[in-house]
Amino acid sequence: MIHTTDESDIQIERRFVPKAKDISEDIAWAQINKDVLRSMERPRLMYWVIFLASLALFSFGVYCEVYQYQTGLGVADLENPQVWGLYIATFIFWIGMSHSGTLLSAILHIMHADWRKPIYRFAEAMTTFSLMTAGLFVLVHLGRVWEFYYVVAYPNERWVWPNFNSPLVWDATAIGTYLTSSIVFLYFGMIPDLAICRDNAKGFRKKFYWFLSLGWQGTDRQWANFRVAYLTIACFLIPLAVSVHSIVATDFAVSQQPGWHITSFPPYFVAGALYSGCAAIITLFIVLRYVFRFEAYMTMPILDKTCRLTFAIAMVWTYLNLIEYASVWYGNDEYAKQTLIFRATGTYAPYWWAMNFLGSIVPFALAFKSLRNHLPTMMVVSLLLNLGMWLERFMIVTPTFAHGYYPWTWTGDWWPSWVQWGIVAGSFGWFSMLFMLFCKIFPTVSMYEVKEMVYHRFMARKARA
Amino acid sequence: MSLSNLIKNWSSLRVKRPYEDQYKDKDYKWAMVIDLDACTGCNACTTACYAENNLPVVGREAFSKGQAMHWLRIERYWGEGEHMDKFPDHGAQFLPMMCQQCESAPCEVVCPVGATHHTPDGLNSQVYNRCIGSRYCSANCPYKVRYFNWWQYPERAWPNPLEQQLNPDVTVRSKGVMEKCTFCVQRLTEAKNRARTEGRRVADGEVTTACAQACPTSAITFGNLADDKSQVARIWERQQIKLASDKQEKDENLRGYRIFEELRTYPSVVYLERVRDSEA
Repeated sequence: MIHTTDESDIQIERRFVPKAKDISEDIAWAQINKDVLRSMERPRLMYWVIFLASLALFSFGVYCEVYQYQTGLGVADLENPQVWGLYIATFIFWIGMSHSGTLLSAILHIMHADWRKPIYRFAEAMTTFSLMTAGLFVLVHLGRVWEFYYVVAYPNERWVWPNFNSPLVWDATAIGTYLTSSIVFLYFGMIPDLAICRDNAKGFRKKFYWFLSLGWQGTDRQWANFRVAYLTIACFLIPLAVSVHSIVATDFAVSQQPGWHITSFPPYFVAGALYSGCAAIITLFIVLRYVFRFEAYMTMPILDKTCRLTFAIAMVWTYLNLIEYASVWYGNDEYAKQTLIFRATGTYAPYWWAMNFLGSIVPFALAFKSLRNHLPTMMVVSLLLNLGMWLERFMIVTPTFAHGYYPWTWTGDWWPSWVQWGIVAGSFGWFSMLFMLFCKIFPTVSMYEVKEMVYHRFMARKARA
Repeated sequence: MSLSNLIKNWSSLRVKRPYEDQYKDKDYKWAMVIDLDACTGCNACTTACYAENNLPVVGREAFSKGQAMHWLRIERYWGEGEHMDKFPDHGAQFLPMMCQQCESAPCEVVCPVGATHHTPDGLNSQVYNRCIGSRYCSANCPYKVRYFNWWQYPERAWPNPLEQQLNPDVTVRSKGVMEKCTFCVQRLTEAKNRARTEGRRVADGEVTTACAQACPTSAITFGNLADDKSQVARIWERQQIKLASDKQEKDENLRGYRIFEELRTYPSVVYLERVRDSEA
């Protein structure tokens, strides 16, 4: 695995890039191609460490799932009334992670925020893979997973339909649509870069990229069509992203249980989704920057902007979180109030307070410029934020079961079994494994968009002179 | 439900349930009354339910984890009363809890595949073959009376020759499906079929549930609410409880009540409050 690379050949950000500029102006276009294509060949040793670790985690998750599949969901220590456990909590977490890809690639694309250009590709890949992971959790959670297709409204000779009243059917529809659209969006935005890969590859890889690049030649007509189509898909994707997590929120808001039946849940979930997604982007930013030597493209000013965006979203989330508590506290629903008090003082109180601390206090680290520009700190902070967001989902699902309407079923001591933890850990392995594979096979930095950035700056400078 | 049926009868699928006099012209609306004053907490009903409905005995370990499959459970509460410090047992009271067969059931709307739905005779039915085990129904049930098959019970709950005691009229459920009290639907169906071939309505007392049959103190009364003269209908009438109301306007001294009526589930089970010695 150890190999030598000519370090002098790589554009490394040795000089300070001013805040107004996102990346250095004088990177040649050929150099951009060279740097990005190199990322697909020889990554640092750390790549293999991460990949193998994820593979190991994933294998353990598969082992747990096979065990659960053969024995029954009893091995997960689920019970009445704790029927959902970590599976649904982690499902919401992964759905949430998928939102920032769309935020970066679609919303910021429409708003012409140029700084997103070097990092939107991996954010978009993150969207796709975390949606796939979330989809896995739906399957893992089902009692009879081999009948999962009953949820889908497919034509059949008996005209048996799913129950369209059920939020789970909305879920299946919304997630299916969102997953398809984000795969299309990710692939579509990659076509010009795949053509560059095709032109530089040999052997079977050439065939592979030749097939995927759909005969892209870079003619004016192709670019014109590409631009229109890309913008159209971006516009199509934005309402989808908002609707998906709103619908996941209705799983809870439509139900009748105390602690779930809350009107503000859809925006609260969307804010939480963007929040954890942005935090994950910071984590992956730092990892990719190191692993693939993207220092010249994933620069500190871009990280700075991402961090500020995350801070803003964190504050929105905090606000909506406080609204939820306030509306329950001052509301007339005694049951919901009791559940809230149980959350804050009952068995799960440490996790509830940890969730509030990690979700609302820790993001203030992002408000300090010196911390924002310190990579190790940002790595830790972003992981902590995501831990907080995972705890938030855990705190939505579990206490309501533990302290619902019916006093006879109140339980304070429920804890998930190792099988549940194993599958949750396996999902993280599955996600990082897919993500790392993607980064190796496809260009993680959008070459053509970075070239645009450099070109625009070059032209602006030329115009000034 | 064909597509054309869906389009044509869209509005009829949106009818609010229950409405006033919904079962007036119908033949059947199964309902129950449980007199908590008569209940001694002997668990005979639970045992009868296990025998009648092929409920698996899960064993000590699963039971302590909360994975018991008792469709009908006896809940014991410690009430307040005189001399409670000396005789704490004096305050013990029991509440048999089973599926309340809600008229507007929270479980029915959320099932993604429609495995649980309302029958014309007012039961909340569960179709095992259709159930995929998403457990949303249990999550949304305020009474938590739905039980999930966490394990493959047929493999171990009835070792040879115990499988000989299984009720042939009732399915043995496999792992991964939800189940719950059915008001002994197999008995109801048989009685209805018999009555139909004879061209009449099922008479009051002709059919009853296993729990009501086993109760030594006759605390459980089961019957047809659509039949004004049935015992159940008369008790509902006497207790001034209306099926389609979420807030009963009744005499304060009457003992009848339905659990979580304010959640607008419109349960089909009426409980008669216990009268304490000091109050009597």
